[in-house]
Amino acid sequence: MEITMIYYLIPALVMFCCGLYGFITRKNMIAMLISLELMLNAVDINFVVFNRFLFPEQMEGMFFTLFAIAMAAAETALAIAIIINVFRWGKRIDVSDLTKLKD
Amino acid sequence: MDYSQFLAMKQEICLLVVFLLVFLNDTFLPGKSRNGIGVVTCVLFAMFTAWGFYSAVADNDAVAFAGMYVTSPVISAIKNILNVGVLIVLIQSLRWASTDAQAMRRGEFYELLLVTLFGMYLMISARHFLLFIIGLETASLPLAAMVAFDKNRYESREAAVKYILTAVFSSAIFLMGLSFVYALTGSLYFAQIGEALMFGTAFGTTNTVLLIIALAFVMAGMGFKLSLVPFHLWTADVYQGAPTPVTSYLSVISKGSAAFAFLVILWQAFGVVYAEAWEYMLYALIILTITVGNLFAIRQHNLKRFLAFSSVSQAGYIMLGIVSFEDMGVAALMYYILVYIFSNLAAFGVIGAVENATGKVDREDYNGLYKTNPRLAFTMMLAMFSLAGIPPFAGFFSKFFIFTSAISQGSVALYVLVFIALINTIVSLYYYLLVVKAMFIKTEEPCTVSTFRSALSERIGMSVCVLGIVLLGIVSCVYDSLLGVCGC
Repeated sequence: MEITMIYYLIPALVMFCCGLYGFITRKNMIAMLISLELMLNAVDINFVVFNRFLFPEQMEGMFFTLFAIAMAAAETALAIAIIINVFRWGKRIDVSDLTKLKD
Repeated sequence: MDYSQFLAMKQEICLLVVFLLVFLNDTFLPGKSRNGIGVVTCVLFAMFTAWGFYSAVADNDAVAFAGMYVTSPVISAIKNILNVGVLIVLIQSLRWASTDAQAMRRGEFYELLLVTLFGMYLMISARHFLLFIIGLETASLPLAAMVAFDKNRYESREAAVKYILTAVFSSAIFLMGLSFVYALTGSLYFAQIGEALMFGTAFGTTNTVLLIIALAFVMAGMGFKLSLVPFHLWTADVYQGAPTPVTSYLSVISKGSAAFAFLVILWQAFGVVYAEAWEYMLYALIILTITVGNLFAIRQHNLKRFLAFSSVSQAGYIMLGIVSFEDMGVAALMYYILVYIFSNLAAFGVIGAVENATGKVDREDYNGLYKTNPRLAFTMMLAMFSLAGIPPFAGFFSKFFIFTSAISQGSVALYVLVFIALINTIVSLYYYLLVVKAMFIKTEEPCTVSTFRSALSERIGMSVCVLGIVLLGIVSCVYDSLLGVCGC
């Protein structure tokens, strides 16, 4: 069996949609962060696969992925720091508790 | 590798020098002299701003890193405009940063602010999506830390969570769209994407479903940064919770740079598929942004939330500069950003001064402010008039130029678009005047804000803003020179 591009793209898309669904439905902030991570990693897979199958003569997508991984790590580190900051206040990390700022 | 190409990035390099000086000052000087870090930053940054204007006279087009980074007179002009705004924000933040609550981490605020400005410079100069994304993240991640800066206030933490989660979410959406664009065109250079879309893509024709999906994702990602409706939901909460200097920074500098970068991406990378793919997408975004922003602003009582929704609708007006596809559109957009910087910073200056002195931010607290603090009330009135676009002030001229540039193409759809924007200007007049009415007419009961004397730094910041509001529209050489820089 030949492994074509679609065998990589479908899992990446499923990952992205799972991340999207998780981000919208989860209440726990760490779970939301994990969902965001899923979305970002799906993007990385997309870039690598497009580069490997469609434009194998240059490496633009691969390099983009390397930078995207680094940025995702930075984003997660900062988000965790902020979530810890909130946890210190009320000992809870549910987004449903964050209701002070509203109309 | 040719290292002389770094010289093309002279504004970025000088900004890094300012950053390093502030950082070294904060780290190595003994405790007592560190208290002056805010003033040191202001002086250094004022010198940098003046140098930016001075060197802009001799600016040429330059390219670095195989076309990833470009600079030109237009780009240095928008960077200088942002510099002016940042300088005012820095001056206005001096009082807040010198309070005891911030004493330990005073330097960090200025360092983070300078780093975000560096990211915005990269966003504006980037002609390759890799450099653009790096700039975008450099601009938005330290901003999340700045939103969380008031560690002792719960609201600041909540706002930071809301900001960081939506920022990461929006960049994930943006990157997904970008991966589709890469699949279609095989390049991440703006110019090469444009060429590939014009001469046929990897999948044959240009007008594929994939292209439209990709563009929708890209516009959604940028829409989050610019807080366009329907991606604006974080705006009000974050603006309300963040410390006031950070709110003013978010609302003018961050928005202005993102608007310019959005224009560059849409014109250079996707300009050739304008009519097929994103013309009506953009119209819908603009109409929704202006209308919803206005309607929600009417029912706000907290002035920071009120200005948040007002800034949402102002972002819609800024977007009108994109639809013209002419040099005039760029000039009008830059002029709008400049005027918006002065008007909004004047409003935030008053809010910050009143908040620092009394801790009050509601519109009801401003009832009869004219009796107790006439100068503050006068500044606020000028800011509101300018934001609403009442003739002698700068806001009228910026709206006039942006409408003129938008209808210069002359299609019926554009006339309808500008007509809707005009009607919305009248709606916005109502809620801007509500604030003026509270200050000047509702004087039956004594004002809850007692008479106070604002700090010298706040007075300087507000005076500069007032001068800008009054003079920018009347001194016509400002717009003329912007138009000249844009090349027509």
